[in-house]
Amino acid sequence: MDQTYYLGIDIGSTTAKLVLARGRDDGTADVENVIYETYERHFSRVREKILDLLDALPLDGNVALSAAISGSAGLGLSQAIGVPFVQEVFATGEVVRMLAPDTSAVVELGGEDAKIIFFDGAMDERMNGTCAGGTGAFIDQMATLLNLSVGDMDTLSLEHTRIYPIASRCGVFAKTDIQPLLNQGANKADVAASIYQAVVNQTIAGLAQGRRIGRDKDGNPRKVLFLGGPLFFCRGLQERFVETLQLTRDETALFPAWGPYAVARGTALYAAKSLHRITLDELRAAIRHSLGERAVLDTLPPLFASEDDYRTFTKRHEKASVPTADIASYEGSAWLGIDCGSTTTKLVLISEDDALLYQYYASNQGNPVEIIRTELTKIYDLCGDRIAIRGSAVTGYGEELIRNAFGVDLGIVETIAHFTAAKHFMPEVDFILDIGGQDIKCFRIANGAIDSIMLNEACSSGCGSFLETFAKSMGFTAAEFAERGRFSTHPVNLGTRCTVFMNSSVKQSQKDGATPEDISAGLCISVVKNAIYKVIRVNSAEELGRHVVVQGGTFYNDCVLRAFERELGNEVIRPQIAGLMGAFGAALYARSHVSAEPGLLSPSALADFSHTSATTVCRRCTNHCRLTVNTFSGGRRYISGNRCERGAGAENADTTVPNLYEFKRNYLFGLQEQSRSGGRGTIGLPMALGMYELAVLWHKIFTELGYEVILSSPSRRSTYEKGQFSIPSDTACYPAKIMHGHIEELIERGVDTIFYPCLSYNIDEHQSANHYNCPVVAYYSELLHGNMDSLQKTDFFYPYLNLDSEKILTRTLGRALRAKGTNVTDREVKAAVRAGFTAYHAYMDAVRAEGQRALAYAREHGRRIMILAGRPYHIDPEIGHGIDGLAASLGFVVVSEDSVSELAQSPTLHVLNQWTYHARLYRAAMFAAGNPDVELVQLVSFGCGIDAITTDEVREILETRGKFYTQLKIDEITNLGAVKIRLRSLMGALDDRDAGEVTMGGADA
Amino acid sequence: MSKRNVPKQDYISFTKEMKKDYKILVPMMLQMHFKILCGVLRNFGYDVELLETSGPHIAEEGLRHVHNDACYPAIIVIGQFIDAIKSGKYDPDKTALVFFQTGGGCRASNYVSLLRKALKKAGYPQVPVVALSFVGLEKHPGLSLSLPLIHKIVYAFLYADLLMLLVNQCRPYENTPGSAQELADKWTQTLADALTEKTFVSYKQVKDNYRAILRDFAALPRTLRPAARVGIVGEIFVKYSPLANNDLERFLVSEGAEPVVPGLLDFFMYTVYANVIDYQLYGLHPVKHKIFNLLFDFFNKKKNDLIEIIEEQGIFEPPAHFDHVINLTNGYIGVGTKMGEGWLLTAEMLELAEAGVENIVCTQPFGCLPNHICGKGMMRPIKERNPDVNIVAIDYDAGATKVNQENRLKLMLANAKKSNVHIKNQ
Repeated sequence: MDQTYYLGIDIGSTTAKLVLARGRDDGTADVENVIYETYERHFSRVREKILDLLDALPLDGNVALSAAISGSAGLGLSQAIGVPFVQEVFATGEVVRMLAPDTSAVVELGGEDAKIIFFDGAMDERMNGTCAGGTGAFIDQMATLLNLSVGDMDTLSLEHTRIYPIASRCGVFAKTDIQPLLNQGANKADVAASIYQAVVNQTIAGLAQGRRIGRDKDGNPRKVLFLGGPLFFCRGLQERFVETLQLTRDETALFPAWGPYAVARGTALYAAKSLHRITLDELRAAIRHSLGERAVLDTLPPLFASEDDYRTFTKRHEKASVPTADIASYEGSAWLGIDCGSTTTKLVLISEDDALLYQYYASNQGNPVEIIRTELTKIYDLCGDRIAIRGSAVTGYGEELIRNAFGVDLGIVETIAHFTAAKHFMPEVDFILDIGGQDIKCFRIANGAIDSIMLNEACSSGCGSFLETFAKSMGFTAAEFAERGRFSTHPVNLGTRCTVFMNSSVKQSQKDGATPEDISAGLCISVVKNAIYKVIRVNSAEELGRHVVVQGGTFYNDCVLRAFERELGNEVIRPQIAGLMGAFGAALYARSHVSAEPGLLSPSALADFSHTSATTVCRRCTNHCRLTVNTFSGGRRYISGNRCERGAGAENADTTVPNLYEFKRNYLFGLQEQSRSGGRGTIGLPMALGMYELAVLWHKIFTELGYEVILSSPSRRSTYEKGQFSIPSDTACYPAKIMHGHIEELIERGVDTIFYPCLSYNIDEHQSANHYNCPVVAYYSELLHGNMDSLQKTDFFYPYLNLDSEKILTRTLGRALRAKGTNVTDREVKAAVRAGFTAYHAYMDAVRAEGQRALAYAREHGRRIMILAGRPYHIDPEIGHGIDGLAASLGFVVVSEDSVSELAQSPTLHVLNQWTYHARLYRAAMFAAGNPDVELVQLVSFGCGIDAITTDEVREILETRGKFYTQLKIDEITNLGAVKIRLRSLMGALDDRDAGEVTMGGADA
Repeated sequence: MSKRNVPKQDYISFTKEMKKDYKILVPMMLQMHFKILCGVLRNFGYDVELLETSGPHIAEEGLRHVHNDACYPAIIVIGQFIDAIKSGKYDPDKTALVFFQTGGGCRASNYVSLLRKALKKAGYPQVPVVALSFVGLEKHPGLSLSLPLIHKIVYAFLYADLLMLLVNQCRPYENTPGSAQELADKWTQTLADALTEKTFVSYKQVKDNYRAILRDFAALPRTLRPAARVGIVGEIFVKYSPLANNDLERFLVSEGAEPVVPGLLDFFMYTVYANVIDYQLYGLHPVKHKIFNLLFDFFNKKKNDLIEIIEEQGIFEPPAHFDHVINLTNGYIGVGTKMGEGWLLTAEMLELAEAGVENIVCTQPFGCLPNHICGKGMMRPIKERNPDVNIVAIDYDAGATKVNQENRLKLMLANAKKSNVHIKNQ
């Protein structure tokens, strides 16, 4: 009988794999000893790459074989050429059953998908949801960010000494954490290992969802197979998995050599089952034939109709230029501006008449300090004795680090720097849009001052650097990629969402045969739409004003610029130094603001410059911030990672300044001291979600009923990690997810009962049409009960209760207690409930009284007041990330929404006002609107669906009454850099506005 | 509750005057249900048009006018309305929009507010928005749910539930592609025509109609063969609307599977039951709960009759009795969970599992709040106690791609083909 051949083709999002196997006597494919296998990146040219790989097959063209195709990018090809398709996880399952039958679980990471298969018990195959994308591709992106090859990053990671907490939800979030770490000088080896740890955490949180990997039901170790490219090639990633899952390498953790080919081998197995026969030549011909075909794609009109069109366009934009002066011949004063951005470092030296003497723009390669040292040395050499640097200013993420390292005179917030620069080009500018590497910033200008500021939320970032990494993944430089986009005839419509979503949109368009040209143009259009509709949220160009300046490195890309003008239907100004505007603005600012002796390191001091960084944990409060201590030559130090000034070494934290967040925390956690043993055993209250605030009520009730009440501790990062294994929905909000850790803590502490009731309704404050809790606060217990194994052995008490009146609570609680066999009388419950409500109202009164004290204090001392408006659980130190402390350190007196909401009435709203917590928000906003010294900053937890309703409404309440609206989106992210920029921008804008008022008042007089 | 201190929201009422010459647009959710419903409304003298537009531009229009983190159904429905108004096909001064609203603690109760905001933003503040609700949240003299109208809508939905059930049980096996849908369309027309303002609905006639429908479908030429049955549950709009779920049913049929979709009546019963439960748990609605009890019994009887008639013929598989559906939640989730689809979503998964439908797609808009609990939060306990059940959660969103969704569905089907294929018996 003739030899039979089976061909498995696996086309993932980034790589293509081919496996050729012989047939065996039993009719299956011999996937243990394959004839040939190969693995290559396809750079989105899927069909061409497969043809190349087929050409290399050691087989005659006229030999018949059975083929099958698998992989996320393989579906289109399978349909086009009529070769059977098999789902990739299914293929993996098949091959594992054949090659490693004693496996209990498989973890497989691909380019963009993550999968887990459980074999023990009921087989269960899982893939990551749409929000958790980025694994192999994520590691690539991160390596680019560190300016390392994936191999080098991997080697380096093995030398790590510590792990930083990095958000593990998705690539975009992680990036927001990593960037500031780099900017603050954290060790690359540690960052690399932390990136791997984030991938591990993401896999566990997103996929395992409560099922233990590598353990059977009784906790005995079982074999886990790790498959896919990244898990085969990255030793550091392997190490993180083995350690986190507590496995033993080569015993319970296996990384087989066929790991990268698992899907392709499984596909060959599948091919053996199909009756489909084809010769190699026929297969090649079919693919070649399919190259020309174009599936129906959702496409957009080309960005440039013709070469002429493009020339006219570039001519127009060349007009917005800055004169240059020759640094080699110029004599006189000069000013230095530095913009230490998230991915790039920019330097500008200007002359007395604002001409450019020197400019620098490049990726900061993860080490901005070294780059600036090099550049400064160069500049000093060029200046010689002719040019005196009279002042310097720095802006951007690395502002404080650079200022401390080099003795830069001024540090200014980015928004002010950009505004200063934009005014130089267009004095009447009324709108500035800056798309940088990591953020989109835009601000409206009214009456010569910044009027409102919008920054992209962490979730939709990844703007400029996103285009760059994407270019690289397709085998182009950023410039080449942009160039290609110009010639696209059919830009693909990729939608407007975050990086992860765009990745899958691109994948889809590749499947349909889109060219790199079309993808490039499509991505540029998406970046623009994202900025306009998601960040700025306008309907039409008129809303932006008539004088628009665009800047930031991303606008060097002509496609982005063109797409923006087209979307707006309006011409805009792009200064030729679009990428240098921050630095240019800083230089201009230095020129007008530095009058004293310049502080910049002298050439001789620069020559001796040295920089070391070390890490430590701050012990000055319960936040336990992880600090990076940078030490420079001459003993100068800069500490980062701290959330408050105490971490930076300042001992002057003024405890007499009221801070409502602090007050509420002390009050609530102080309840623990009032607990006493009363003979009915212990009852634990998990301090998360609705338990913040209502703890006062429950604590009193259960104490009165004779229980010893135990509160879980204020959250820390480790609280979350303790419970993350049992979280079933990774898109829920952080305040909910952290609940799992609180439950685990209470179980560890051995309480008899854990109490978190189901409350459809909250306390009725009669200020809203209804008084609901949000669904997550209301019913999270049901989820905990269904997903936390550890709860099975504990008495988890989660009755449906109602707080509308003492009577109704007495009845519902009494019934629930008796139902679980507790011997209580109605009388006892009634008395306890009455005492509970009294305690609750006393607490709310105390909060309001402290609010009054805070307002009075602020007014007496001339301080600005900030309503940090969120939900009761935002006072948690881990959920609120210490933003209250940050605001206080910036000089604000911090009050909470519930401490001032009584002081104003809710206006007529456009939305249904039916949740107790949210009703307070609107009233607090009205209070801010009515008081010139009060600002409102809204805290929004990522994933809070209800805040999608409230934010626009709160914004409108404030903005229609001439106030600023600031929103801080918070999640697991632990770095406060972006928050600080926002709050400082707010302060800058307030200063400007107040200064403006003074002038206007003067004119009147 | 008298001292409630809340300013009233202002909105434009749909007046009796408007009834004369206004065009009323209705968003599409469930094809058969809404077709009959619109037929009924027309019979009652309203100039109704069902929006059947589709395409990616609808979501894009929605994204322009609604906060992008709002739920996907809001983005789709509002996008569809604004797209229609902007199309020039309708006179914005003579057009009204109708929306169905259930109220409750989910943010979905804000769709109407979001729509009004969006209309204002888009430059059509004059267009009245009517939130049709059995609870009667707002006053619209020109379009209120009168008892005769409600009565007929109930029958419209009962018919449509039956038609949907039958189409799903026939379509994968039909000899002539499209014949099941064609038959359903024919019935849709006939039934709508019969439900007019003037006519008295005889319940005997309704039951006869059930039987006639069942006979027609039983006579439809089809070839029975093994097929994986796939249940579809989830957030109500995404579960039903092809525009929102990328035509999920059609995809499943094209893959050779038989979709099993629970009916709309259960959702209504669930909302009525929520009020009954509020009384039982908390003593709320001390008077009104009696009406809700009656209403619940009324629906329950109608559903039980329908089941009985399907069983009497014995060819098609009926849905489960609602009392039984309620009981299925024991040990999984409390029936006090009443926001969004609440406990019903969990119960529907269990109902499917019990009926041997071992593949379940749980659909939700990205970030759906109640589904964290009732959908994704219940998958683990369900799978643990029903090991043969395979549940896949699919998120729908303007940015989520079909290729990702279909890949996950294909995984489910690949496993189904091996283990739990259902052989239809005649």
